[in-house]
Amino acid sequence: MSMDGCPGDAIEAGGTRAPLGKTPLPCYAPRMTAQKLDNIRNFSIVAHIDHGKSTLADRLIQHTGTVALRDMSEQMLDSMDIERERGITIKAQTVRLDYVAADGKSYVLNLMDTPGHVDFAYEVSRSLAACEGSLLVVDASQGVEAQTLANVYQALDAGHEIVPVLNKIDLPAAEPERIRQQIEDVIGLDASEAVEISAKTGLNIEGVLEAIVAKLPPPKGDAEAPLKALLVDSWYDAYLGVVVLVRIIDGSMKKGSRIQTMATGAHYEVDRIGVFKPKMTNVASLGPGEVGFITAQIKDVADTRVGDTITDERKPTAQALPGFKPAQPVVFCGLFPVDAADFDDLRAAMGRLRLNDASFSFEMESSAALGFGFRCGFLGLLHLEIVQERLEREFNLDLIATAPSVVYEIALRDGTAIDLHNPADMPDVMKIEEIREPWIQAKILTPDEYLGGILKLCQDRRGVQTDLSYVGSRAMLTYELPLNEVVFDFYDRLKSISKGYASFDYHITDYKAGDLVKMQVLVNAEPVDALSMLVHRDRAEMRGRAMVDKLKDLIPQHMFQIPIQAAIGGKIIARETIRALRKDVTAKCYGGDVSRKRKLLEKQKAGKKKMRQFGKVEIPQAAFIAALKMDA
Amino acid sequence: MTALGSPDPGFGIYVHWPFCLSKCPYCDFNSHVRQAPVDEARFLSAFRQELAHRAALTPGRRVRSVFFGGGTPSLMRPATVGSILDAIGGHWEVEADAEVTLEANPTSVEATRFQGYRAAGINRVSLGVQALNDPDLKALGRLHSADEALAAVAIAARHFERFSFDLMYARPGQTANAWKAELHGAIDRAAEHLSLYQLTIEPDTMFERLYKAGKLAVPDPEQARVLWEVTQELTAARGLPAYEVSNHARPGAESRHNLVYWRYGEYAGVGPGAHGRILTPDGRRAHSTERHPEMWLTVVEGEGHGLVADEGLSSEEQGDEFLLMGLRLAEGIDPARFAALAGRTIDGTRVASLIGDGLVERSSTGRLRVTREGFPVLDMVVADLAA
Repeated sequence: MSMDGCPGDAIEAGGTRAPLGKTPLPCYAPRMTAQKLDNIRNFSIVAHIDHGKSTLADRLIQHTGTVALRDMSEQMLDSMDIERERGITIKAQTVRLDYVAADGKSYVLNLMDTPGHVDFAYEVSRSLAACEGSLLVVDASQGVEAQTLANVYQALDAGHEIVPVLNKIDLPAAEPERIRQQIEDVIGLDASEAVEISAKTGLNIEGVLEAIVAKLPPPKGDAEAPLKALLVDSWYDAYLGVVVLVRIIDGSMKKGSRIQTMATGAHYEVDRIGVFKPKMTNVASLGPGEVGFITAQIKDVADTRVGDTITDERKPTAQALPGFKPAQPVVFCGLFPVDAADFDDLRAAMGRLRLNDASFSFEMESSAALGFGFRCGFLGLLHLEIVQERLEREFNLDLIATAPSVVYEIALRDGTAIDLHNPADMPDVMKIEEIREPWIQAKILTPDEYLGGILKLCQDRRGVQTDLSYVGSRAMLTYELPLNEVVFDFYDRLKSISKGYASFDYHITDYKAGDLVKMQVLVNAEPVDALSMLVHRDRAEMRGRAMVDKLKDLIPQHMFQIPIQAAIGGKIIARETIRALRKDVTAKCYGGDVSRKRKLLEKQKAGKKKMRQFGKVEIPQAAFIAALKMDA
Repeated sequence: MTALGSPDPGFGIYVHWPFCLSKCPYCDFNSHVRQAPVDEARFLSAFRQELAHRAALTPGRRVRSVFFGGGTPSLMRPATVGSILDAIGGHWEVEADAEVTLEANPTSVEATRFQGYRAAGINRVSLGVQALNDPDLKALGRLHSADEALAAVAIAARHFERFSFDLMYARPGQTANAWKAELHGAIDRAAEHLSLYQLTIEPDTMFERLYKAGKLAVPDPEQARVLWEVTQELTAARGLPAYEVSNHARPGAESRHNLVYWRYGEYAGVGPGAHGRILTPDGRRAHSTERHPEMWLTVVEGEGHGLVADEGLSSEEQGDEFLLMGLRLAEGIDPARFAALAGRTIDGTRVASLIGDGLVERSSTGRLRVTREGFPVLDMVVADLAA
């Protein structure tokens, strides 16, 4: 079982979260004393995917001499394979840069690399709360994207000063003037002093560092007040146990400090305290405004909730930091092993993964079609994909994921209400007063030429347009959409309609009652639970038709005719038929060469093992996977 | 000579002659075309070595059948055939009424050798007629005409008490009525046995290339099923019911050699690309020999045998092979023998489901056999029972 790429395992005592930890340096404890607040700058980087955030971070690390050139690797702060491949950041990371500025003073710059995706919006908000300012990195030819907008607004909400940075200025297509104007028009930021750089070539990195020192405010805090620290993130390390990333607001912390977490109420003793440079480096203490890590014999990341306040056990702060929210999964799906024999391995893998990701939840589920598996909750679709991919990649498991479902609120006639995570658990319709579904506000930025197709997509998905404006030649659309229409291949459709040029971002706004019905799929008159879903009544027929049409081609012929139906209650809304197999017999089995036939039979038998028996029908797993990935 | 009903599946010897005058476009057998004359003496000597090798592995067996297949064994000189049979007689006891079959092309040239084969010890021929109309014969790449084939059949009937011939159906454009007429004509001339094969597109054949290129249209499964039904009805009505998927005989005239295979008996295969199943003190073993004719010669001359595979078969593999072979027969299989070979019983749920679908049935003696409805989809039935 490989845990390669898992940040937890990459850490060794005295090592680092980044892959540099392969050659751990001895753990040294320089006499670092608490820094003067005026000499500290805490900042994050806001950027769209591919606009150069990770490259800029690499350059800052390099330019300040934090890591010797020979130890540099690309995307130093993204330590998981998935992060590197997808160009996204999943876990918050931090690095402390020591910089002597033009004014001759030494500064401590803490770069907080935040998750850059809406699925991790809460984690982003906590990372932002740990900083006073942000660099807004915009590609000087591409301009502002929907995701950039959402993140920059979040940074502004967190009270950040923002320094605009125009990246990729060396490219022929760069139009710094136009993009500068765009930043002013769209975001309302003064971009006249935007720093023009090329992170790739290293052009004007000095300018960025100077701007951080000059334009971003230092943190505030009271060294004498009781300890108050923000729990920014945490992860599990095989050697150290849980490592907690903290930002000190008031007071200070050192090795041996007795602390408590205010939301979870747990007590610990700090046994290790340090900063990331980006290797883990011990320090004597951390004071106001500083960012670093602690370990404290904490066994489970679930005990260290992002956003919690850490304080002194004996002299607690009077007031916890605002904004703590427990992780709330919004998208659910079933994960089943392709080979039923792998169930125990899957259970173990999920346990391991959760050690590092407390926002992912799972409980056992059994499906007539798919056997034993787990119902899992995720922060969003990307989170779902990442967890599935990590399970498959790091634990070598083959999985089937059922159709993603959102959490429905079902109000019952008896006055009670339940949260529905799985369509299979839907109560009898006679008992239901109403079903409420989550709605989102979506922002889509697209080149004008794809606007028509996108408007149609949003309308088809029951969207309500609330705004349409223009940013240069690009349209910025705001839509209210039911989340259940979005979890169902909305991204893929949007990407294909816009040839990949549209960008998309959303957040959940509220729950609204809707005319939702449970659609079942029947194969040979037997309901297939894994394929049932809640859909809006107006969309049911289309979805049902698409589903049976797809299944018709995915289920092999049997010795009898197989009706495939989509139904709401007892009413059939779509039907296809797989004709009976008429002729399938080897004409000539002769000359005694039965080995070849046997090998074919062995293949067939192996294939059958991967099929799920449904009544008398055997459905290959590929059929489930493809059916659940349908494009409408 | 009721081969059917014999409890002992028997022991047979297969001799492969790998040469043909031309390669038929549908054929995926181990056959080769040579411009220069084949050195029959050298091959004979290699056959003798292989027979001696197999004889050492199978002491005390009684030979129920010898089969010369190919390729085109009717290209061998009768004397070569006779010498091979002499060698077999020297190594094993041969049953008094042993079946000794030779495959032959129904050309006028080869028919002239029939007398010689009879004298050498052949008592049954199997003729590759394939079709009884000239355009189809041409399309199938055959070198004979329909008239020539019928003349060869008549000569075979004079020299051999037992003979059979092959026809192919589900040929491009074939209609049910045309097939019926052809089949009647065949049965008029077939004394006791007919092999009726559905044309199948096999991998790595000329037909496969044409088929993939869209230049060869064969009947779809529905039409193939219609032709199959025609075949079953007509042969049964004329007294040659199917005793195996593609083989039809008057009761008692079944090919004993092929029954050895289908009843999962023991057989030794000699010659290039021949297969064998031999019981040894270590269990049942699967043999196969070097396919390439001249390479086979070299291997045999160097090693005393041409085996390139000699593998023990696991219980599961034996169970699979037993089902693959046995369920092809109308008589079906004995579930107890399956259990003995496979080390497990057949899944009762699956059997019950197949019985419920009318695809298999249990005989009064407890045998499990495929029904008339089940045979057209036999491969799926076998996969189901084997799983």
